[in-house]
Amino acid sequence: MSTTTAATREQTSRREQPSRRTLEKGPSGWLAVPALAFFTLFAILPLLGVLFLSFTRWDGLGEIKLDGLSSWQTVLTDPVTGNALLVTAKIMFFSFVVQAPISLLLGVFTAASQKYRAALAVLYFVPLLLSSAAVAIAFKALLDPNFGLGPGLGLPFLAQDWLGNSDLVLFVVVFVIAWQFVPFHTLIYQGGVRQIPTSLYEAAQIDGAGRVQQFFNITLPQLKYTIITSSTLMVVGSLAYFDLVFVLTAGGPGYSTRLLPLHMYLTGFKANDMGAASALGVILVVIGLALALFLQRLGGKNRNASQLEGA
Amino acid sequence: MASTTQLPTSPAAPPKPAATRRRTPQTGRSRPNILGGLGGWAWLAVIIVPVYYVVITSLKNQAGFFTSNPMLPPSEPTLDNYKLVLENDFAKYFANSLIVTLGSVIPALLVSFMAAYAIVRGRGKFLGLTNNIFLLGLAIPLHATIIPIYWMITKAHMYDTLLALILPSIAFAIPISVLILSNFLRDVPNELFESMRLDGCSDWAMLWRLALPMTKPAVITVGIYNALNVWNGFLFPLILTQSPDTRVLPLSLWTFQGEFSVNIPAVLASVVLATLPLLVVYVVARRQLLSGLTAGFSK
Repeated sequence: MSTTTAATREQTSRREQPSRRTLEKGPSGWLAVPALAFFTLFAILPLLGVLFLSFTRWDGLGEIKLDGLSSWQTVLTDPVTGNALLVTAKIMFFSFVVQAPISLLLGVFTAASQKYRAALAVLYFVPLLLSSAAVAIAFKALLDPNFGLGPGLGLPFLAQDWLGNSDLVLFVVVFVIAWQFVPFHTLIYQGGVRQIPTSLYEAAQIDGAGRVQQFFNITLPQLKYTIITSSTLMVVGSLAYFDLVFVLTAGGPGYSTRLLPLHMYLTGFKANDMGAASALGVILVVIGLALALFLQRLGGKNRNASQLEGA
Repeated sequence: MASTTQLPTSPAAPPKPAATRRRTPQTGRSRPNILGGLGGWAWLAVIIVPVYYVVITSLKNQAGFFTSNPMLPPSEPTLDNYKLVLENDFAKYFANSLIVTLGSVIPALLVSFMAAYAIVRGRGKFLGLTNNIFLLGLAIPLHATIIPIYWMITKAHMYDTLLALILPSIAFAIPISVLILSNFLRDVPNELFESMRLDGCSDWAMLWRLALPMTKPAVITVGIYNALNVWNGFLFPLILTQSPDTRVLPLSLWTFQGEFSVNIPAVLASVVLATLPLLVVYVVARRQLLSGLTAGFSK
């Protein structure tokens, strides 16, 4: 670490002379090099690596052998892949449908000035602190049909085999995901709401607009970019629900919660087929990029440009 | 969006207590929002019930767990489960987590801050490209790259070491850190940099003597955010380590659950113990964390 920093410092001072002459000239690009180097080494190169490995055969220990398209053939003809894509799409859809309105409403709710709301907000954000492993373990115990919530409250309909029933388990996963991630999106919306100029609401009140009208005519349109940011993070993030599902259900029962990232992990590190797992990784990257681009496009080109230029 | 100036992010004025700058839709309204209030309390129940269940169950003995009502606190609370967890190398896993977290977050902050400074203050194709690469990093599900990372780490003979967890964690923290830090750096008035430049300051000096003090709240926020991610990270430990000597807390919860699967109270005690350090951080630095995250993401 320290050698990198020292090297950068040297480079910076060497380039100092020309930058002093003109005030407009910014700092040396060398300052960005350590971050770029780290990111290239452990993210960009692996990104190319995953593409390369998808054309090889490798068991994770021995030699890596070029193997043409056979991994792709395996992956694309395997019905489990199709199932994993379907499960991923379902969880993505349902968790968006559940999380987006709840976080939006909670964001508006906690942005207000009432004291009790601020106090509630402090508790709302507690799930942010828990690791996915902890959340999964807690819910596994809580959802136990014999020693969990159902018998505790004496409500038989809550005492189901939530994690063992392949019809229910998907919705349980969606619920637990929402429990863990709604707080984060609430925080984003809270920030968005607090940026809305009060004058807009004052004007609306003078015009006699009610609370619901204000919500739909001011809050919602003003939150456009917040909604896009949060939705992008939510949708792209749902490609990353690995650890929670891994600990909660391990993809089961059967294949009913085997999401794409989980399928990739199990193919690579349990079935020792790194080639096929890499092909699944490529699919994951492509889907993530496509979704992110699509959602940013919804936000309009102008905004995108200004974000990228740093205007 | 980028042009909207926003109170909490102004680096000149570090976040004040939230109450003083809250501009709200509800101001001056007399009719209470009953529906909203009910919804708020209902969500509180959703959040609190699992937490409550975990805490009370962790205080039960095994016999009490099987016989008592699951939702009632134990009649005779016991700390035996916590003792059992602590005796099972909890301190070692805790230390490993601490080393990995500090070892990732501090270098990540350092390099991200330098990069954000260069991106905001500098110009040229190289910096533009760098910025775009980091933005791209935000859109890609980075964990799709675990297989090549696993290959690199084994080739470098770092498998099952803490360094194997630290290096990729630094890299994965960079895109979001650069994004948030550059959003804050952009708000530092240009005149300050220019006057320091006139005094003959180098960029390296301005970076530490002007930019850093002006954006300290943002740096702390980004640090806490990354620390949360690394501390709670599960995937890298799962694929890059295997022995108890390099085990970190989230992984220890999982293995503990495997070993003591019948002893649910003990498993849940381990969950409480693993979360406790973060709870302390939350209580101490809540305002900083929340206001910073809000500002960082809603820009």
